[in-house]
Amino acid sequence: MSETKKVVQQYLPKIATGIQGFDELSHGGLPRNRITLLKGGPGSGKTVFALQSLVSAARQRDEPGIFVAFEERPQQIIANAAGFQWDMAALLKRKLFFMDANLSPGVVQSGEFDLRGMLAMLKAKKEQIGARWIVFDGIDVLLTLLQHPKSEIREIYRIRDWLAENEVDAAIFTAKIDGHGTAIANYGFLQFMVDCVIEFESRLECGVALHRVQVTKYRGTAFAKGEYPVSFGAGGMEIAGPEPTEIQQVASSERVSAGFERLDTMLGGGLFRGSSTLITGVPGTSKTTISGKFAEAACRRGERTLFVSFDEGADRIAQNLTSVGIQLKPFVKSGMLRMYSGRTESIAAEDHLVKLKALIAEHRPLCMVIDPLSAIAKAGGLTAARSVANRFIYTAKEQKITVVVTAINEGDQPEAEATDLQISTIADTWIHLSYLIRGGERNRALTIIKSRGTQHSNQVRELILSDAGPVLADVYTAGGEVLMGTLRWEKEDEERAKTIQRRSEFDQKRMALELAEADTHARIKALEHDLKRQRVELATYFSDDQVRVVSASDRQKSLRRIRSADLTGRAAPGAAAPRQKRYGSNGSGTSEKKNKTEARDGS
Amino acid sequence: MVRKKKGRASSDPVTATAVVMVLYITDSGPNSVRAVANLEAICKEHLQGNFRLEIIDVLQYPLRALADGVVVTPSLAKLFPLPAATVVGNLSDKSGVLRALGIVE
Repeated sequence: MSETKKVVQQYLPKIATGIQGFDELSHGGLPRNRITLLKGGPGSGKTVFALQSLVSAARQRDEPGIFVAFEERPQQIIANAAGFQWDMAALLKRKLFFMDANLSPGVVQSGEFDLRGMLAMLKAKKEQIGARWIVFDGIDVLLTLLQHPKSEIREIYRIRDWLAENEVDAAIFTAKIDGHGTAIANYGFLQFMVDCVIEFESRLECGVALHRVQVTKYRGTAFAKGEYPVSFGAGGMEIAGPEPTEIQQVASSERVSAGFERLDTMLGGGLFRGSSTLITGVPGTSKTTISGKFAEAACRRGERTLFVSFDEGADRIAQNLTSVGIQLKPFVKSGMLRMYSGRTESIAAEDHLVKLKALIAEHRPLCMVIDPLSAIAKAGGLTAARSVANRFIYTAKEQKITVVVTAINEGDQPEAEATDLQISTIADTWIHLSYLIRGGERNRALTIIKSRGTQHSNQVRELILSDAGPVLADVYTAGGEVLMGTLRWEKEDEERAKTIQRRSEFDQKRMALELAEADTHARIKALEHDLKRQRVELATYFSDDQVRVVSASDRQKSLRRIRSADLTGRAAPGAAAPRQKRYGSNGSGTSEKKNKTEARDGS
Repeated sequence: MVRKKKGRASSDPVTATAVVMVLYITDSGPNSVRAVANLEAICKEHLQGNFRLEIIDVLQYPLRALADGVVVTPSLAKLFPLPAATVVGNLSDKSGVLRALGIVE
């Protein structure tokens, strides 16, 4: 790259014009020490180009210049240039000399003349002010006066030789030549003689003048071929040079709010910083409201914001938005928000771009809204508007401005969602707003058609405007139909009723289960009672048996006593004794247990 | 080179109706040489010495010529009698020059 550059500089040095876009498309500017011809019809921008080159050379590189005016009076040219912020008055003192070379209509021509005298005068002036640039504006007027084709060629050569001799850095000829024909006999020769030809064109398209520029010849160097749009802003002429073929934008992973929470959720956390969002919809679908909400949220975060509206007053918009709880006026007052309203009739799209760029440079916003961007296509044809819309979005991206633009589409067919401006393809996020008419109601629906690099909801949401701002509500799909508005309310009521029913059913079931549980408990109690009774019975039975055993033993003893029998050697009473003992102790144990059981039942 | 030519001797008073002219030329350029010759002939024939002519070589006095509003050369400026008039070219078209000088209507 650097090597190529070196070679180019060696063989074909160039000199920058300082005109935005031109130096890029010509790969460096005009040919140094050579002649450049600017041709085009009246009012196509030749003079502005030439003068702006002089001004920028004088101002930026301190290179004075001479402007030879053959067609217009210098005062007239200076007055015309006053519309640009060039501060010519300061330059006119030392850096810029205007030579009035008008041959007024009163001048009588008698025979041939030549430019020897003029070039002698210019040389003197050049040496006096150290001029490096020279412009011959309206050279066609001069050449026409020469009358003879031979004289034309002779004088053109004379100028060329003079320029070479005097080492002028850059010479510009402007000539009123449109593509179809010319009064100059040696037009072909003029084209041949110069090293660079730049063609200007101004044509009407849909009632708006569109300016175009094209480099048609540039000896010994590459240049961007094709027509490029020209616009005129406060700084002068701007040329929309070729877009860089490689898109170099650093993608940010930082998220910023799209305006309200639910929308952010749908977008997977918000919009990416520096991304562009397109909101489409037919009129009345709340595009402005959503973009207003975005602007308000940005201001609340403390980010400088620019709100550009077309065909509607900024104050009116701010006023309207208060009805849906969006407060922009305080931020306008604090300077955080800049609102600008532009007209669109009879203004070329290119001029809008210049204005937008100027607004960006002036306000330096982090977030920006254009509502609607589609308005720029109103005047001057679609092709230009498309190009401008694209370039605007690229400009914003380069400056890392998070942009929300709206576009109106006529008709409500889904396939018509693609906008005339074709920005849907370059926008990162595309939100579509539509109406759904069901059950005698017109309800607003919001869909995210695309959102690059992020998960996003694929569900349609109902957009409801309330005093507190826009709100998104779920929609129901029933039998393949999306329900909104009243139908949604009904569906929601139905859902609520169902919930209540489910709850009561559950309660019933629970009660039944509780009842069954209580029943079981009761039964357990009854059984325990039975058990107790049975144990008591059993205890009673054993105690009876003991009584019987004791009484039997007593009877035996009594019998022995009566009979005076010997007690020793008899096992039977010994075997009866432990039995007796066991049951005796067990008897008391049973009563203890009984007490315990009673205590438990009591609790 | 500034040459002053008068129809009469420099000491003679110029009459109130004398024509005052300045001819801007470029040294010995072909058009300039022709212009001087043509003008001298016209003066001789039509003004009978009742004129004052100043010839300025723009190559020598470019800034003066610039200040005088000269655009191309040769260029003849008639300063008096009013109205002032300018004729450009080598003055080969005699009738044009005569009209400009107010000699013929």
